[in-house]
Amino acid sequence: MHKRTFVRTLAQAGAAAAALCAGGIAFAQGTPFKIGLILPMTGQQATTGRQIEAAAKLWMAQNGDTVAGRKVELIIKDDTTLPDVTRRLAQELVVNEKVDVLAGMGITPSALAAGPIATQSKTPLVVMAAATSIITEASPYIVRTSFTLPQVSVSIADWAPKNGIKSVVTLVSDYGPGIDAEKYFSERLILDGGKVLDKLRVPLRNPDFAPFLQKVRDLKPDALFVFVPSGAGAAVMKQFGERGMDKAGIRLIGTGDVTDDDQLNDMGDVALGVVTSHHYSAAHPSAANKKFVEAFQKANKNMRPNFMAVGGYDGMRVIYEALKKTGGKGGGDALLAGMKGQIFESPRGPVYIDAQTRDIVQNVYLRKVERKDGQLWNVEFDVIKDVKDPGKSK
Amino acid sequence: MLTILFDGIAYGMLLFILAVGLAVTMGLMNFINLAHGAFAMVGGYITVLLMQRAGVPFIVCLPIAFVGTALLGAIAERTLYRPLYRRPHLDQVLFSIGLVLMSVAAVDYFVGSTQQILQLPDWLKGRTEIGEGAWTLGMGHYRLFIIAVCALVTVLLQWVLSRTRFGSRLRASVDDQRVAAGMGINVNVVFLSTFAVGSGLAGLGGALGSEVLGLDPTFPLKYMIYFLIVVAVGGTSSITGPLLAALLLGIADVAGKYYIPKMGAFIVYTLMIAILLWRPQGLFVRQGGKA
Amino acid sequence: MTGNGAQASLLRASRVKKWEPVFWLLAFAVPVVMPSEALIVNEIAIVALFAVSLDLVLGYSGIVSLGHAAFFGLGAYTAALFCKHVSPDPHMGLLVSMGAAAVLGFAASFTVLRGSDLTRLMVTLGLALILLELANKFDDITGGTDGIQGLVFSPVLGKFEFDLAGRVASYYSLAVLLALFIIARRIVHSPFGATLEAIRDNRLRAMAIGIPVHARLIAVYTIAAAMAGAAGALFTQTSGFSSLDVFEFHRSADLMLMLVVGGTGWLYGGVVGAIVFKLLQDFLSSQTPQYWSFWLGLFLVVLVLVGRDRLLKPWTWFKR
Repeated sequence: MHKRTFVRTLAQAGAAAAALCAGGIAFAQGTPFKIGLILPMTGQQATTGRQIEAAAKLWMAQNGDTVAGRKVELIIKDDTTLPDVTRRLAQELVVNEKVDVLAGMGITPSALAAGPIATQSKTPLVVMAAATSIITEASPYIVRTSFTLPQVSVSIADWAPKNGIKSVVTLVSDYGPGIDAEKYFSERLILDGGKVLDKLRVPLRNPDFAPFLQKVRDLKPDALFVFVPSGAGAAVMKQFGERGMDKAGIRLIGTGDVTDDDQLNDMGDVALGVVTSHHYSAAHPSAANKKFVEAFQKANKNMRPNFMAVGGYDGMRVIYEALKKTGGKGGGDALLAGMKGQIFESPRGPVYIDAQTRDIVQNVYLRKVERKDGQLWNVEFDVIKDVKDPGKSK
Repeated sequence: MLTILFDGIAYGMLLFILAVGLAVTMGLMNFINLAHGAFAMVGGYITVLLMQRAGVPFIVCLPIAFVGTALLGAIAERTLYRPLYRRPHLDQVLFSIGLVLMSVAAVDYFVGSTQQILQLPDWLKGRTEIGEGAWTLGMGHYRLFIIAVCALVTVLLQWVLSRTRFGSRLRASVDDQRVAAGMGINVNVVFLSTFAVGSGLAGLGGALGSEVLGLDPTFPLKYMIYFLIVVAVGGTSSITGPLLAALLLGIADVAGKYYIPKMGAFIVYTLMIAILLWRPQGLFVRQGGKA
Repeated sequence: MTGNGAQASLLRASRVKKWEPVFWLLAFAVPVVMPSEALIVNEIAIVALFAVSLDLVLGYSGIVSLGHAAFFGLGAYTAALFCKHVSPDPHMGLLVSMGAAAVLGFAASFTVLRGSDLTRLMVTLGLALILLELANKFDDITGGTDGIQGLVFSPVLGKFEFDLAGRVASYYSLAVLLALFIIARRIVHSPFGATLEAIRDNRLRAMAIGIPVHARLIAVYTIAAAMAGAAGALFTQTSGFSSLDVFEFHRSADLMLMLVVGGTGWLYGGVVGAIVFKLLQDFLSSQTPQYWSFWLGLFLVVLVLVGRDRLLKPWTWFKR
């Protein structure tokens, strides 16, 4: 070999070796801690993705991106609200980017699809939005910071008979969370002495609620219980008013998804007086929440945070705390152990991650829509403390 | 029951206004324009934004939505669509889907993806009920308004088609473009104005429909199927065809969802397939009309 | 002389071109050379198979279909239910799914025999949407919107277990794609295939020279349905679940886009279109997670304005 080529090759090898050493030192000190956040940024549940992304970024802005000496990297991917894309993204994040934690999960099928990936790769999966009970059973690595429909449905079923509502018609969207809501609400209502006149299910892609609402009108119940996914509440509200249901003496009750903070202010007077039960209201009167809402609105062009955002915000906290508990070392099983049993004050109120079920235990509030300072808010007037997911407490 | 009929008619008329532009452009220019839904969306957003940001009253927004969308349609026709008339249908499909994707993302970027909520003026918010018991006719004032506006537009369209010179030029061009051009009819102008009016009507439909159908950036993707159904069943060679098809589908959909909620969504598709199998050229096509 | 010339040109068209084996070798090499891309190779292979099946119907027989997802979805759910209730063997599942899709294809083919392009478009679309609603209604069988989850399939060929990195999955899909592609190739370059193209080009004349048009169309539609069903089965088997969106409109629509981008009537059009479309989509969505559809739409618009055949010939882009 020519001398010049030899020297050049040697120099290159030396440089490579030096880089490796430096890299090795850097590695030992802290490869970034990667969080793979898979959200529906486009498609049917795009608003969910928007809210959670904003909340996650807010958390990192407020709490910095270094935890226990390690830099935290947030990788956001769009699953277009399709479960097979969620699954592929989860696989790629785990195999290619070697993320330490998976998070997000905008809808139930997405969470269920990503579950096996979490189990196989021993990566904790923090569910920040999806709300069907069975999700936490899909993988021992799933931890939930959002809520479950049974949790919030039974609360209003308890409230209704004590407030003059004896007969109810249920109207839910025909998918996992909707069916959960219908089941738990009806069972609890009947247990409390009420009657369910009919159970209507609306297809998820429905252009017009009119025929269903007309049917409710003809049945003349004391109240209509509604569950529709976050974002569709406005249409129900409008049609409800248009059909003259409130004037016919039918009250509207439901889970808080129907008076979603994201849309509530634009719904107009027809939403006034609607009573719902939910785990989070942007009007929750705690100092932590006031700070959260203010910071969120400032960072996001006055967009109001809703329960999806709070799920994302708390999910980030759970991840950060778990990482701190492992002293920055991470590791799937250690992180999972660090997540279980966390108790903390969230903007929604006190929250506890059950160590057995890995599901969230939280307060459920009863709220009424009222006008304050010219805007519509869900004002809390009662609370049921520390509600565990009834879907599991068997 | 009468209420359901009423609701179905309102829904059908709305579908008609939205789809008539598509039917005419498909029949006239033989161009499959899947971006029609995007024009409807534009009309809806013009209305919502004017009302929310500039406080323009609803009733004034409607003609503005029509004119604004018509202008947009005219520009699009002249610059983008015209070079593509001779292209195979598949290219046109590809092109129009591309336009839809662009418009959906653009609206998302500029306005955001939340559902836009319209605040109707008070005089449109009420409800009138006539009759008793099973024969109650409950008419929401807004749906009455929709029926009135759409009926007016239909009468106007029919008058233009059959009584004006432009109408006869249009009908000639639909029947046989080459001969019409040979007779001295300025086919380009006919195309341009028809496309503009068709898009304008879609915009008007979008504005009227925001209250009933909801308005968000995925509007074109969600409702394109319904417009296509109206056009396929009603045929593209008249406007009474799509009108009747839209009414039929509107009533069938609403009544189906009311009486047989479990089969609700099926009704429309099954009906459409049955009709198309029985009469593949559409339900109301003239004998000897162009396929 | 003319007879010989026609025969020679047909034979020449069906001969394996030099670049074809190279293409397939490269395809099979990717999961080994770039293991981080195995997952997307798997996705591309599945969608390419789906696209090739549509090409048989659209490119070679001239039937416009916006509802091809019906067969894909049926294949997917059949594979899922087969694994859940009968046996987790992926090979049996694949064959059963193809069979089920073929039966549906046979039944559905009677609806696309008559009518204009628009009619066929709507009828096929309606069929897919009806299947979607049916799957939603019978949610005790199909799991409704949540779908059938957590399926575990036994190893491919008894030896290769489905791994997390997706390597086995990608090879499985590539192998099935290649096998069915060879079959499709055989079909289109046979007298049967020639009659299909005749029907596409001028149905009246084809009928006049005695080609049994309806029988041919039914046959090709059934075969294409079986292949689409295979793609659906691969989808379920490589991802371990199946949910309602396999029937969704956007699946058929995206498929048609891919095929048109790649070029119809060419078999490889489906494969090329699948590669271009999927890679473009993946790239764009990693750049702008929210607004990637804008750039995709722009790409399509420019593509049509510039002219599709010029996509593969960059030197013609700036010629007028």
